[in-house]
Amino acid sequence: MGFKIIMPRIRRELYNKEICACSIFGAMNRDGERFTGASVMKAIANMRVRGNGLGGGFAAYGIYPEYKDYYAFHLMFTGKGPHAKFFAKKELDAFLSQYFDIVYDEEIPHGDEATVSDPPLVWRYFALPKKQDRDTMLTDEDYIVDKVMWVNAKIENAYVFSSGKNMGCFKGVGYPEEIGEYFMLDKLYKAHTWTAHGRFPTNTQAWWGGAHPFSLLDTTIVHNGEVSSYGTNRWYLEMYGYACNLQTDTEVIAYAVDLLMRRQKLPIEIVAKILAPPIWNAIDQMNEKEKKLLTTLRMVYGPLLMNGPFAVIIGQTGKMIGLTDRIRLRPITAATNGEMFYLSSEEAAIRLISPQLDRVWTPNGGEPVVGELNNMRKVLQ
Amino acid sequence: MKSFVFPEFQIIRDEEKCGQCRGCERQCAFGVHTYDPVADRLISDERKCVGCQRCVIFCPENAITVRPSPSFYRPNASWSREKLEDLKKQAETGGVLLTGCGNDKPFRIYWDHIVLNASQVTNPSIDPLREPMELRTFLGAKPDLMEISTEDGDVQIKTELSPNLMVETPILFSAMSYGAISYNAFRSLATAACKSGTYFNTGEGGLPREMRETFGKCAIVQVASGRFGIDAEYLNCAQAVEIKVGQGAKPGIGGHLPGEKVSAEVAETRMIPMGADAISPAPHHDIYSIEDLSMLIYALKEATNYEKPISVKIAAVHNFAAIATGIVRAGADIIAIDGLRGGTGAAPKAIRDNVGIPIELAISSLDRRLRDECIRNRCSIIAAGGIRCSPDVIKAIALGADAVYIGSAALIAMGCTLCQKCYTGKCNWGICTQDPRLSGRLNVDIASQRLSNLITAWSHEIAEMLGGMGINALESLRGNRDHLRGVGLHEWELDVLGIKGAGE
Repeated sequence: MGFKIIMPRIRRELYNKEICACSIFGAMNRDGERFTGASVMKAIANMRVRGNGLGGGFAAYGIYPEYKDYYAFHLMFTGKGPHAKFFAKKELDAFLSQYFDIVYDEEIPHGDEATVSDPPLVWRYFALPKKQDRDTMLTDEDYIVDKVMWVNAKIENAYVFSSGKNMGCFKGVGYPEEIGEYFMLDKLYKAHTWTAHGRFPTNTQAWWGGAHPFSLLDTTIVHNGEVSSYGTNRWYLEMYGYACNLQTDTEVIAYAVDLLMRRQKLPIEIVAKILAPPIWNAIDQMNEKEKKLLTTLRMVYGPLLMNGPFAVIIGQTGKMIGLTDRIRLRPITAATNGEMFYLSSEEAAIRLISPQLDRVWTPNGGEPVVGELNNMRKVLQ
Repeated sequence: MKSFVFPEFQIIRDEEKCGQCRGCERQCAFGVHTYDPVADRLISDERKCVGCQRCVIFCPENAITVRPSPSFYRPNASWSREKLEDLKKQAETGGVLLTGCGNDKPFRIYWDHIVLNASQVTNPSIDPLREPMELRTFLGAKPDLMEISTEDGDVQIKTELSPNLMVETPILFSAMSYGAISYNAFRSLATAACKSGTYFNTGEGGLPREMRETFGKCAIVQVASGRFGIDAEYLNCAQAVEIKVGQGAKPGIGGHLPGEKVSAEVAETRMIPMGADAISPAPHHDIYSIEDLSMLIYALKEATNYEKPISVKIAAVHNFAAIATGIVRAGADIIAIDGLRGGTGAAPKAIRDNVGIPIELAISSLDRRLRDECIRNRCSIIAAGGIRCSPDVIKAIALGADAVYIGSAALIAMGCTLCQKCYTGKCNWGICTQDPRLSGRLNVDIASQRLSNLITAWSHEIAEMLGGMGINALESLRGNRDHLRGVGLHEWELDVLGIKGAGE
């Protein structure tokens, strides 16, 4: 808990919350076998009507085995014309080389720029923290979070897509399958866990940074919904040093998961009860012990209750978690087939790529579905 | 001395309807109505009328109308009738002008310039008649994080929680002491609080012994500068203890309960001699600085074995937010802030009408200040002073309050008409008096029913508005300024409230 970020806090809270509906999809090979993004692209494309071409993206875990010990930063540089992008990159490069040892960096390979609208320059860096002075007190992860927040808030036209180890996010403006093709996810990358997102924002102001997944370290969120409690969640997270400046309600979920799971070390079962707690009528009828636990959780973490409709897929190294709001206002379907584990807005998308399934079910509201790798060592080695 | 002030009210009696039953004569403690046996008619002395409307409502023939007097001084924008008359009264008496109830001056009422949000399309509004809608609120300090231990999937909480008050709806009855208000009014508040799953505040006048066992479970007991009626049992029978530093109606000054109101029962409860004036000093004479307050907070925590949250009530004045953060650091679990329009049983008019700041601005700046200092979790905020309806409550919560105190609203539910003559002890409605003939008019069963009806009605309305916003738990609205917009406010006012203008 040793870091604090000084945030520019506007007195009138003139943030813009972006409102959108979406399709979400996730696939995991629990044995850790890696597979290309082709099937995931096919599945998410099947839910095309749930998006409107203004945002799509993917998170992929296990894609950089050769650099697995290094933090993989996916960076986006925007601005009008190549000059602005180059200038943003220059500023970022200076920042990164001051705070990190970069072992390798390159532009993320992509297809024809004409196939997508207004693509930014997207670059990846593999790096290790170079802590100095007071920063030596921080854990690596706190250090990364600190620097990512700094880049997003302070460096104009530079945004961090993802910042975990052996994983990465690919996202942009377009239908998800177009973004997948642009980054050639079906050819260049193999992951043991993929999550995907197709977006339907209600406003037309689309930018590449606003697409999902949202991520911090190795936690990624794809989200379908609108967080009505955004203002409350936001002030609570700001007290813990999270600068909410990506103009979307999804980032509060990402930061809440980071705060609760990484910093406060609560297991996902508990975290689910914080984000989507049972109703008081149900709690009052539980046995004393459960009642005490859930009452305490709601007392302490009431401001992190995510109110309003949502379904999310949370990706982490070795884990894929599905969760809906407490009264299940947005859909999610879970399915397994052998070692494969799927989560999707619609069952049809799963059936398209895996017609035979061992089990298909609709989780209850507020009940997390957790898929875990059977053998973490296989992935880490 | 001949008074040059003309009557405030005009009393019109419809002689056709009047049956000379003399009901009005009995109802009026101010002696307005008298019966003339020779003429067999009732005569009204308008000079004595306070406009409380008791006779109007209780006239069986509906024969009486009381309305503001049409007489006027020559209109003058600077010298209003009120200014002229106040001056005349002082010229006639040489005294401080006293008054009751809250500030009635036309300061901007921000509640009426704030509008609420509702869901359309992108997230569904929730129907509170079909879906659960949760207003349950916990008042007190919360830890920044919770530590747990897991053994074989068995989750244990390691963090020890501070004591909290649980309310089923975020509306509590504000501090109104026995002595200022009648026993029946006091007991009605207590009864309604227990029935409605909320709390009443004893004020500074103690808690009668026979009420402690039954009503202690829904009582917040107050410790004020006069220290009336305090013993260990008083502190421990309640669920929370509140240190009263200030009151919105009269920031900076103490209280004065005239000896005439100190009956045998009031004297026993307050632990003072019968008929003696009960004077609360302006400051606590053991609190001249913040560290003194901290010592009192911890003395009360010791006295209650750390089992009860300690609240500190202050009036919202210019730099109160900084003071309040100091109070949180001094160990308080709850901060109660009382705004410009908070009521009182008696206060100098000059102070009631000119000291303090509006509660809406105060809530927002306190919430923001506590967040900026990262100590918002360490206390709850109860806002008081000028809450008139359920939308006021919901706006207060969206601006950052945890719950609200209602005082005037509760009295109005029992019959009060805000005639502002509380300090005379002649309340015709039986609320603010110790005259047994008058206080007997207030039936505890009926008055408490009216109070719990009010809580029920407001709770339903809050649930309705909350559902409209697509929110099903009140904690998701706390400090959620995203759901508020201002109409007709200046830029600086929007800044202080932390809200956008409508349409922004």
